[in-house]
Amino acid sequence: MKLKVNGREIELEKAVTLSEFLKSRGFEPERIVVERNLEIVTTEAWGQIILEDGDQLEILSFVGGG
Amino acid sequence: MSFYEVYQQYQEFDFDAFLKGLSAPELLRIISKERLEPLDFLALLTDQAQPYLELMAAKARQLTLQHFGRVIFLYAPLYLANYCVNQCAYCGFNVRNKITRKKLSFEEVEREAEALARTGLRHILILTGESRRETPVAYLGECVQILKQYFASITIEVYPLQESEYARLIEDGVDGLTVYQEAYDETTYDQVHLKGPKRDYRFRLEAPERAAKAGMRSINIGALLGLADWRKEAFFTGLHADYLQTKFSDVELGVSLPRLRPHVGAFQPQAPVSDRNLVQILLALRLFLPRVGITISTRESARLRDNLIGLGVTKMSAGSSTKVGGYAHQEESEGQFALSDTRSVAEIKRMIIQKGYQPVFKDWLAI
Amino acid sequence: MTDQLIIGGRQIKSRFFLGTGKLATHQIIPKLVEVSGAEVVTVALRRVDLDTPDENLLNFIPKECIVMPNTSGARNAAEAIRIARLARAMGCGNWIKIEVITDNKYLLPDNLETIRATEVLAKEGFVVLPYMCPDLMDAKRFRDAGAAAVMPLGAPIGTNKGLRTRELLKILIAEIELPIVVDAGIGKPSEAAEAMELGAAAVLVNTAIATAGDPIMMGRAFGKAVEAGRLAYLAGLGVTKEFAEASSPLTGFLESVV
Repeated sequence: MKLKVNGREIELEKAVTLSEFLKSRGFEPERIVVERNLEIVTTEAWGQIILEDGDQLEILSFVGGG
Repeated sequence: MSFYEVYQQYQEFDFDAFLKGLSAPELLRIISKERLEPLDFLALLTDQAQPYLELMAAKARQLTLQHFGRVIFLYAPLYLANYCVNQCAYCGFNVRNKITRKKLSFEEVEREAEALARTGLRHILILTGESRRETPVAYLGECVQILKQYFASITIEVYPLQESEYARLIEDGVDGLTVYQEAYDETTYDQVHLKGPKRDYRFRLEAPERAAKAGMRSINIGALLGLADWRKEAFFTGLHADYLQTKFSDVELGVSLPRLRPHVGAFQPQAPVSDRNLVQILLALRLFLPRVGITISTRESARLRDNLIGLGVTKMSAGSSTKVGGYAHQEESEGQFALSDTRSVAEIKRMIIQKGYQPVFKDWLAI
Repeated sequence: MTDQLIIGGRQIKSRFFLGTGKLATHQIIPKLVEVSGAEVVTVALRRVDLDTPDENLLNFIPKECIVMPNTSGARNAAEAIRIARLARAMGCGNWIKIEVITDNKYLLPDNLETIRATEVLAKEGFVVLPYMCPDLMDAKRFRDAGAAAVMPLGAPIGTNKGLRTRELLKILIAEIELPIVVDAGIGKPSEAAEAMELGAAAVLVNTAIATAGDPIMMGRAFGKAVEAGRLAYLAGLGVTKEFAEASSPLTGFLESVV
């Protein structure tokens, strides 16, 4: 299935939970915030959400800024 | 919330201790500050500030030039009627005074307007005593409708009205309100207003706010100097102006400095205000409120008025009569107070020009 | 007499706010915070790089600091609101600096859109600090919308030109009861001190430190400057005479009278 993550197309072999997906990419919960299809997903819900074909994810973190 | 809350905050304030505790360096610092706080203003009204009058005058002159230029706005008062139900100790129209009571008919209003307009003046102040029977709001409204054919700006100085009444008169063509608290000190206020609706201190105090809410473009306030301690009265006048300007930032604020004058009746000023005192008030006010208009009427002598032009005065009455009517025909009735500067409009105009200022007869025109 | 700065119901110990943008490395942030004394530290929110995840910026911001995310990137109220909500979901608190900029030439903020965002976010419980072009009417609108402070610019972002909006800042300081935090344009410690002498509640500095020869030393200088300026303000500045005296006495006419 195809996802759009941070504007980039990503192919996934099989359906995984959001939590599994993020872990597989090396992200730690404390340093990112995730928006799925324009809705913020709290860290507690990451384990319950199963990614679907066509999902659009925004994964953001804090960077330096003024 | 109204100005009354601000006034009350100072009831516990130890004015005497403050007045005694000022130093020379402190006063110098205050005079040179860009922005004065209320207590700075109070400091400039004290005896200790007296030696610095010339310094204050230099700054006041500069501020007035910067914010107003070399202009003096001219207007004349037209007394529509002198019927009054109030018994005010200091006023010639006191209900107990045996004077000729008169009210202008609409034809007379028109004739007075013609006569006044011939002098070139376009800003008029209309006054009445307090009588809702003889000069109700409807009468005022009718007069305004007549007067607006002749004058670009009409200011009313009548008994305090409700917000809706101000709104109605604004619709008729009024753009300015003048209402003097007479005495901010409640005790004195109570003592000099012996009988009548004018005894309601708060209703009068809050009149400017009601007018501002109704959409009045310009508002003038003041205290009748000489009734109560002039320093405190000047202080509260400044505070009141500052309060109104801050709360109603789109209103054009002005302050008048009327000094008690000889009039029919036996009342003598409790706290006489000397010329020097008056100048001090004017200068302190200018430093505290650089953009507020300051008016000196024909209560004051020609000599004094002329000298005050460079110091902060921005508006003057000219060719005035404080009798009912008094411009078209010379009827014998008593004026509200005796005039000191009896020069004609033409003479005042000449004097202003000679001083290097421009007399302004018409400041704006409502379209 | 204690001199307290209270924003969003919280006492802020330092009137120097630190921006973390344009730094060569995040490593110096802890030292910068230490030498400048900053308590409020701004950050931005961006997409992570999927290929090379960065070091977590939050590791470099001391725990005692208040993290203030900005909504940089937002071009309108809706985007600012979205970014603010995302930033809050990071779990570092509910402070937000609203920055809505559609002007890429000068980076001047859009007051109108910022006001709209403030109205929404203040209702959602954010501690809102809007970055604004100093305008008195707009400052009143921010106040009425529930902002916790306002952040007027001294000069456009990155210009280091100092308090070009000086007269407007003075008016805001005089007329608006909220803390005024001068943000953007401060290029030197003396300018930070100047802002404090005028009565500003705090200043935010970023570019001047990030682009200094020695950012740590500059950070220290700014910390001291803000302190000095605040003390001077509290002490009451002395006499400066800026008006000319007339050649002949203006009050001479009173001499002959009592």
